Amino acid sequence: MTILVIAEHDNSELKPATHNTIGAAGQLDGDVHLLVAGSGCASVAEQAAGIPGIAQVLHCDSVEYEHFLSENMSPLLVSMAGNYSHILAPATTFGKNVMPRAAALLDSQQISDISGIESNDTFVRPIYAGNAMATVKSNDSVKLLTVRITSFEAVAETGGSAEIVTVAAAGDSGLTAFAGADISKSERPELTSADIVVSGGRGMQSGENFPMLESIADKLGAAVGASRAAVDAGYVPNDYQVGQTGKVVAPNLYIAVGISGAIQHLAGMKDSKVIVAINKDEEAPIFQVADYGWVADLFEAVPQLDAALDAG
Amino acid sequence: MKILVPVKRVIDANVKVRVKSDQSGVELANIKMAMNPFCEIAVEAALRMREAGQADEVIVVSAGVSQCHETLRTGLAMGADRAILIEDDQDLEPLVVAKLLKAVCEREEPGLVLLGKQAIDGDNNQTGQMLSALLGWSNATFASSIEVNDDHFKVTRELDSGLESVTANRPSVITVDLRLNEPRYASLPNIMKAKKKPMDKLTAADLGVDSSPRLQVVKVEEPPARQAGIKVSSAEELVDKLRNEAKVI
Ligand SMILES: Cc1cc2nc3c(=O)[nH]c(=O)nc-3n(C[C@H](O)[C@H](O)[C@H](O)COP(=O)(O)OP(=O)(O)OC[C@H]3O[C@@H](n4cnc5c(N)ncnc54)[C@H](O)[C@@H]3O)c2cc1C
Ligand SMILES: Nc1ncnc2c1ncn2[C@@H]1O[C@H](COP(=O)(O)O)[C@@H](O)[C@H]1O
Repeated sequence: MTILVIAEHDNSELKPATHNTIGAAGQLDGDVHLLVAGSGCASVAEQAAGIPGIAQVLHCDSVEYEHFLSENMSPLLVSMAGNYSHILAPATTFGKNVMPRAAALLDSQQISDISGIESNDTFVRPIYAGNAMATVKSNDSVKLLTVRITSFEAVAETGGSAEIVTVAAAGDSGLTAFAGADISKSERPELTSADIVVSGGRGMQSGENFPMLESIADKLGAAVGASRAAVDAGYVPNDYQVGQTGKVVAPNLYIAVGISGAIQHLAGMKDSKVIVAINKDEEAPIFQVADYGWVADLFEAVPQLDAALDAG
Repeated sequence: MKILVPVKRVIDANVKVRVKSDQSGVELANIKMAMNPFCEIAVEAALRMREAGQADEVIVVSAGVSQCHETLRTGLAMGADRAILIEDDQDLEPLVVAKLLKAVCEREEPGLVLLGKQAIDGDNNQTGQMLSALLGWSNATFASSIEVNDDHFKVTRELDSGLESVTANRPSVITVDLRLNEPRYASLPNIMKAKKKPMDKLTAADLGVDSSPRLQVVKVEEPPARQAGIKVSSAEELVDKLRNEAKVI
């Protein structure tokens, strides 16, 4: 058996989610190949070749993959699938977009967001916002899986020297075209791979109050996240949303500020190692999952926390 | 342009889900059901297009047990013109639903299929992408805005990295995200009117689709529970605990 992992990257470097997905692939029996499809992405293929445990890097470089459009990526995957028992991608917006289109073309029932691997055909995944865990078995000849990246350890980035093989492109479908992007730029760590996350909710009252959290985040080397309510209200951009239908995070420390702890929010952060909640309502459900709860008005508590972090 | 909106009947988002003691699934008996919230957003988007003169008919379609007719009535009460119920008692997987919807698209020839990005029961996030593949149509997922143009849709997509916009050729399959709109509530007069709107009934056999599941559910269990910890009462105490007890900063 050979396993194919689809690398997530931006044509200049691999995204951390790729390393966790390779970590998951390593729990299956067989060699692991990594597909780097993009445009002008030779440096990504080089980087990929350094990952220990990768038997082969498949490098497919062509302009139709520049923006990873699913209509172009899926025929490429279909053309390669015959060689593989499993195809894995991270359960990020990249993998969620591309993988099901390929699965339908391969007539395979994809298994989304796996958080555990029992065997080569049996997988565990959260359903109902993580209120239940389903164990499912697939008999499809090629199994397509998206991987909950917080559930699998990332592999090392360097130390290996895999062979890089060039793969022919599969053509441009012409069905969709990229028309622009508004990428959030931040000096802070990426939300899904940060060691510490500081998130704000509706209790923050406005986007103008988020710098309070950013100041703490910068002292802790943390990423900043938010609840859906804070995103819907326009305090912060959509890519801050943590939860069932946003990003899943599992940092060493998650600090929830002015967040009530709705089930849909918990779905995205309850696997964090340590949870801190600051909320003025002692009945808030977030306290049921918090290791350290502080019942306080955040507009007093957050500046005090900021000062206490300075105090060494 | 005709718009097809597939809507799923799911456990209401506010209900606390319980796992069955025999581990065969989650408890569905006497549980409040509702239209999947993302599907409500899709219905709303379709209605707004019709109201803007960009579409002339909105058809809601649901696949599942006979009670899905309630979900379809909700869609009709919001303002959809007619409904199609594909009645089937099996647990319908996304690939099956996509095959059923493909067959409906071949009959109805819509110019746009609007789906939710995700159903909040299975959290699969697959059906729209699969349908687009089977039809060979363009696909834009996670839409936070949709502009209708003569030969294409311009769609803003919510990504992990921010926002992206794409142009998708018509016809297209678009899946919607939370920020696209705020769905309307059905008014009482519209709920009454909805009872008279047409609802066709089909089966998987009528559509030539084998609806049996591919995946075998081995078991469904409760997730590991998290215990509440302690309360702190000052910033100094919190920082001390995080440094010296939890050792995470
Ligand atoms: C289909 C669907 C998908 C969803 N997906 C997500 C998702 O991915 N992520 C997500 O987060 N939510 C999601 N939700 C929404 C979720 O149900 C909640 O509505 C949301 O998480 C609430 O956000 P919040 O806690 O910030 O706001 P609220 O519930 O309004 O809570 C605000 C909290 O702030 C506290 N507060 C207010 N002022 C202060 C103050 N001065 N000091 C201290 N505390 C204060 C209040 O006591 C309260 O507990 C989804 C919902 C649906 C239906
Ligand atoms: N049984 C169904 N009947 C109608 N539409 C469905 C059904 N299952 C899924 N869908 C559609 O597909 C979307 C995504 O569902 P899923 O892929 O299951 O997460 C939903 O929001 C619906 O629009």
